[in-house]
Amino acid sequence: MLTFTIRRLLLSIPTLLFISLVIFLLLQLAPGDPMAQVPLTVPPEVKQKMREALGLGQPIYVQYYKWLIQFFWVEPQVFIDWATRDTLLLGWLPDTHLSTFVDPDTGAVRPVQRAISWQTRSPIMDIVIQRMPQTLWVVGLSYIVGILIAIPIGIYSAYRHYSLFDQAGTFVTMVGFSIPPFFTGPLLIVIFSVSLGWLPSIYDTTHVVTDWASFKVQFMQMIMPVMVLALQTTAQISRYMRGAMLDNLNQDYVRTARAKGLKETTVVLVHVLRNSMIPVVTVIALGMPAIFGGAIITENVFKVNGIGQLLLTALFANDLPMVMTLTFIFAILIVLFNLIADVLYGLLDPRIRYD
Amino acid sequence: MTEQAIPSSPIEAELELYGALVDKEPQKPPRSQWIDVWQQFRKHKGAVFGGGFLLFITLAVVFGPFLWDVDPKALDIRNKNWRPIYQLLFDSEAKAGWAHPFGTDQLGRDIMAQMIAGGQVSMAVGWLAMGLALVIGSAIGVLSGFFTKLDFWLMRFTDLVLSLPILPLTLLAVTLFRQPLNARFGPEGGMFILIVGIIGLTSWMQTARIVRGDILALKEREFILAARSIGTRSGKIIRRHLLPNVISPIMVSATLGLATAIITESALSFLGVGFPSDFPTWGKLLSDAVSRMQEFPERVLLPGIAISLTVLSVNYLGDGLRDALDPRLRGR
Repeated sequence: MLTFTIRRLLLSIPTLLFISLVIFLLLQLAPGDPMAQVPLTVPPEVKQKMREALGLGQPIYVQYYKWLIQFFWVEPQVFIDWATRDTLLLGWLPDTHLSTFVDPDTGAVRPVQRAISWQTRSPIMDIVIQRMPQTLWVVGLSYIVGILIAIPIGIYSAYRHYSLFDQAGTFVTMVGFSIPPFFTGPLLIVIFSVSLGWLPSIYDTTHVVTDWASFKVQFMQMIMPVMVLALQTTAQISRYMRGAMLDNLNQDYVRTARAKGLKETTVVLVHVLRNSMIPVVTVIALGMPAIFGGAIITENVFKVNGIGQLLLTALFANDLPMVMTLTFIFAILIVLFNLIADVLYGLLDPRIRYD
Repeated sequence: MTEQAIPSSPIEAELELYGALVDKEPQKPPRSQWIDVWQQFRKHKGAVFGGGFLLFITLAVVFGPFLWDVDPKALDIRNKNWRPIYQLLFDSEAKAGWAHPFGTDQLGRDIMAQMIAGGQVSMAVGWLAMGLALVIGSAIGVLSGFFTKLDFWLMRFTDLVLSLPILPLTLLAVTLFRQPLNARFGPEGGMFILIVGIIGLTSWMQTARIVRGDILALKEREFILAARSIGTRSGKIIRRHLLPNVISPIMVSATLGLATAIITESALSFLGVGFPSDFPTWGKLLSDAVSRMQEFPERVLLPGIAISLTVLSVNYLGDGLRDALDPRLRGR
C-alpha cells in the first residue's frame, strides 16, 4: 500500500506539470495586454520597457520556467518564513530567512521577487490566502451538511426499497441533481430574502463573530449559500449510498448475520453500512474538487468574496498571473483528491490490493 | 410392467418423443430486441414523462416561432415591463394581457418569444455538444479498447484530461478565444462554435472510459474470434460487431451529456462569459433578470424552470434507458 501511495504521488508530479503547461500555453494565446490600462500619454518605448520589466519579452520556455520557480520554490520559502515568524504552531522555531537575500551592491537585506498580480501589484499568494477562508468555510460546511443529510436518506431508501420514502427520496435527489445552483440561489433569495425577509441575500465576509448575537448573524447569512451547495452534494451522494446499500443488502453475509440472531439495527448499521461506505467514501473524496468548481457560481450569486469570485474578477480584468495560479490551485486539488480517493479505496477494502 | 401403449414402429416412437417437446401454446412471432427495450422503457413512468417532455420542448422551440411569430429582439418601449398573464388572477390592475402571455422585459421585448429563441440556442448547444462529446468519447474508447498498443497512452491522456479543472478552464478558454472567433464568424456564430467546442472537448472522458471497458470485455468473446478467423478486417469488426453492442452505454451517457451541456452553457451565460447581451439563451435571460428579481420574479422563474425541467426530464430519460437497455433487468 505504501509503495502504491508513493508511486501515485510520484506519478502526480508529471500530471501536474502537464496541466500547468496546458494552462500556461492557453494563457500565452490570450489577446489581452497588461499595458492596456496604462494612459495613452505614456510613450510606446516606455510601455515596451514596462512590458519587459514584467518579463514579457522573454521566450515562452523562460517565462514558464520562471513561473514554476515562483510557484514551487519561492512561495514555499515565503510560507516557511511566515510560519516560523508569526504562527503559534511553529513560531517557537528560530526565524528563517529563506525569502530574503542580501543585495550585493548596497548590502541591504531585501525580500525576493514574488509573483505579483497585474491588478493589485501585490503578491498573488497573499490575496489567495486572504480569500481562502471564506471559500473553505462555505464549501467545507456545505459538503459536511450535504453528506450528513445524504447518508441517512440513502440508507433508509435502500432499506425500504420501492417504498413511498424511497420514491420521494429518488424524486428529490433527481430534482436536486437537475436544478442548477444559479437557479436555486436566486430562487432561495426571492423566497427567503425578498418575500419573507428572514435571511440576508448577501454574504458579509467582514462580519466578525464575537458573541452569541453576532454568531447568530453569521449563522443566518451562511444558511443559503451552504444549502445551495449542499443540495447538489446530497443529491449525488444519497444516490450512491442507496445503490451501494442495495448491492449489499442481498448478500449472503447479511442473511448469515440475521440468522445468527443479530438485531436488525446491528445488521444494517454495522454490517451492511460499513461495507457500503467503501465506494461512497471514494465518491465523497472525488466530489470535493467539483464542489470547489460549483462554488464559483454560488460565490457569484451570494457575493461571497472567495477564490471563485477572485478567479472571475481576474479573468475579466485580464490578470493572467492570478488566473494561472488559481486555475493551477484547482488542478492541484483535483489531483490530490483523486489520489486520496484511490488510497482510501485500497485502505478500506482489504480485497483490493494494488501491488 | 405397467400398461403402456406399445408403439407399432420406431418411427412412430420418435414422433411421439418430439411431440413432447412441441409447445402447447401457439408459437409467438419472433420479437426484436428493440421491442423488448421499448416495453421495459414504458414501465418506467418517469422515463416516459421525461422523454415526452424532452420531445415537447424540442418541438416547442423548433416550431414555436411559426406559431408565435413575434420578433424576440423587437423593442416596444411603450409596452415595457408587462407582467405574465397569470398575474391578473391576483391583481386585476396588473399590466398584462394576451398580447404578451409571459409579459415583456424592461425594453418591451416579448418574453415568450425570447424564451423560444433562447430555448433554440440552449437546445442546439446541448445536442451538438453532446454529439461532439459522444463522437470523441466513443472513438477514443473504441480505439483504446480494441488496439492494445494505443490503450496505455490513450487512457493516460483521458486521465490527464479528467484531472483538468473543467469550469475554470472553460471560463478561461471562452474569455481568451472570444475575439478571434468572433472576428471570423460574427459575434453569435463565433460564440456558438466556441461554446459547443469547449463543452464537447471537455466532457467526452466518461463515455470513453465506459466504452473502453465494454469493448475490452467484448473483444474476448467468441463471435469476435469467429469474425477474425474468417478474415474480417479490424475496421469492419469494429463497425459490424463491436459498435452495435456498445450502443446502450453510449445512449445512456448521451442523455447525461445532454443534461451537462445544457447546464454548462447556462452557467457560462449566467457568469457573463457566454453569448452577446442581445442574444437570448435561457441562462442569459436568467442572469439578466437576477438584478431585478424583487419586482419581476417571473423573469428568473421562467427560464430557470425551463432549464431545470429540461435537465430533469433528460435525467429521467437516462435513468429509464439504462434500465431498459440492461438485458439483466429487462423482463422483470
